[in-house]
Amino acid sequence: MERLQEIIAAHAGREGPLLPILHDVQAAFGHVSEDAVRAIALALNLSRAEVHGVVSFYHDFHAEPEARPVLKLCRAEACQARGVEALAAGLAENHRVKVEAVYCLGLCSVGPNAMVGSKVHARLDAVKLGALVEALA
Amino acid sequence: MTVVRISDDALALACGADEVAAAFVAAGCTVERVSSWGMHWLEPLAELDGHGFGPLEPLDVAAVLDGTSAKAIGRIEDHPFIAKQQRFTFVRAGKTRPLSLDDYAEHGGWNGLAKARAIGPEATIAQVTESGLRGRGGAGFPAGIKWTTVAKAAGTQKYIVCNADEGDSATFADRMVMEGDPFMLIEGMAIAALAVGAHRGYVYIRSEYPHAIAKMEAAVRASAHLIAPFELEVRVGAGAYVCGEETSLLNSLEGKRGEVRAKPPLPALEGLFGKPTVVNNVLTLAAVPWIMANGAAAYAAVGFGRSKGTMPIQLAGNIKHGGLFEVGFGVTLGELVMTVGGGTASGRPVRAVQVGGPLGAYHTPAEFHLPFEYETFAANDGLIGHAGLTVFDDTVDMSAQARFAMEFCAVESCGKCTPCRIGSTRGVELIDRIRAKVGRKPDRVEALPQMHNARKVERSLAEEITLLEDLCETMKFGSLCALGGFTPYPVLSALRNFPEDFGA
Repeated sequence: MERLQEIIAAHAGREGPLLPILHDVQAAFGHVSEDAVRAIALALNLSRAEVHGVVSFYHDFHAEPEARPVLKLCRAEACQARGVEALAAGLAENHRVKVEAVYCLGLCSVGPNAMVGSKVHARLDAVKLGALVEALA
Repeated sequence: MTVVRISDDALALACGADEVAAAFVAAGCTVERVSSWGMHWLEPLAELDGHGFGPLEPLDVAAVLDGTSAKAIGRIEDHPFIAKQQRFTFVRAGKTRPLSLDDYAEHGGWNGLAKARAIGPEATIAQVTESGLRGRGGAGFPAGIKWTTVAKAAGTQKYIVCNADEGDSATFADRMVMEGDPFMLIEGMAIAALAVGAHRGYVYIRSEYPHAIAKMEAAVRASAHLIAPFELEVRVGAGAYVCGEETSLLNSLEGKRGEVRAKPPLPALEGLFGKPTVVNNVLTLAAVPWIMANGAAAYAAVGFGRSKGTMPIQLAGNIKHGGLFEVGFGVTLGELVMTVGGGTASGRPVRAVQVGGPLGAYHTPAEFHLPFEYETFAANDGLIGHAGLTVFDDTVDMSAQARFAMEFCAVESCGKCTPCRIGSTRGVELIDRIRAKVGRKPDRVEALPQMHNARKVERSLAEEITLLEDLCETMKFGSLCALGGFTPYPVLSALRNFPEDFGA
């Protein structure tokens, strides 16, 4: 809770502070909890509904923590043209790593692509992607 | 000591540039991390004394250094992919270290801003107007007119917002600007600020671009003293595609749900926090320093019809030579895909090319004669958008691509307007039925006797396709923004150009 107040205080006074606060809260706690929504709403003089509305709107903010490691696999057209759908089908059995669809990592000439944290991986095939998932799980 | 230049942009890193750089260091070389040349099929590309080698793996380093590498491509500047380009915006690509102020200044940086300061706001806007520069985000609205509107708007508090929410698949030019030449974008924004009288600016970057965010933040800190009194800040999106739409981006910056606003009022008059705001794409703002430094006439001399200047075209998907190709408008689609791009990476025939990202139409090789520029593509039921090309070979199922377009719209819709929010979901269901070749029987409620207006007989496949066209019409003309409004482009073009994939 102390960390939460620090985050809020760090951004107070900025123009449009809600998204920067939510990014930091998501990064620090892995999710934006009900308590965090309450505290942020109070600090920014917003209703809880407004803050909840923002949290639920954006794909990057989660109300529940994710226990598994996350791999973001690009499923957009350019990666589809390079065969990502077959790779994704091969991951369907995997339950130890959360495979999230992301629409474009901007590496569209060297797909299929994935991102883990802020590390990007290109030219994936079944072997490379399998190794990536194994390393995470 | 041998100096080796290797890109450190996200694409090079994803292809293993760090490992290759480390191998060169271990072999006793000095490694300079520079921007990418844009020849992505050759990444990681190493440059030694003007000569290129790629795509490299760490094991190739010894052969590169003793001159026996089979991956030598000769002088990079002479490579046909580079030699054929007209690089205005990407004039420094491959040549400078992205965060070096010295490199930037040595290669013509800050000349545009100096010129703008010398000639003043009105003359600066006149230059941008005369250059014919149009918004590179996709809409193609003349930048000079937008700037004039903001400059003339009442009030002292105005904003410059850079739209760096590059969410379209097949586009990466914004990312390459931010990771390769961030000071150019900052200079462009500073010129815009001077022209319209703004004191604050924001760069709104999508969260899927962590490397671009880091580079832009560092560049903003390093150049703050050069653009003062203008203040610039980087803001990070949160994974919503629709925030690339300008009004939804403004709502997001304000800390709200990224819902689209109805226009009018125009953002130029009531934009960020209700104040007059210039919202321009990265490529639009990044083109401005060149225009100011070299003159509007030099920029306008290149291009085709009303599409003036150059466009950084992004070749992506199943293409042999993918990457960034900046050239004057007017080059044909076929030249881009076949001559420059070398056809498909898989070696199979090209079946479809999607131009303009997920909201762009699917074109066939029969349309390869079309010159790449705004009006021609609009006249041919398409758009050039942010100039991304996704190439597909003959294994693609176009009804699946049409379904994906609807699915993507359903996932990313902001929910504000009905045609987009509900139409996209109905579209997925409809295309699923068309693909499964089952008609639609009346459901339980529709079959009730008191539902007088409900249809009582099954819909045939042909009627389902008519209904899909009808739905697309509703979305195209009834949606608030381009997400719902342009999703029909890929759907209808797939239906029109590849009817055999829809059971016809």
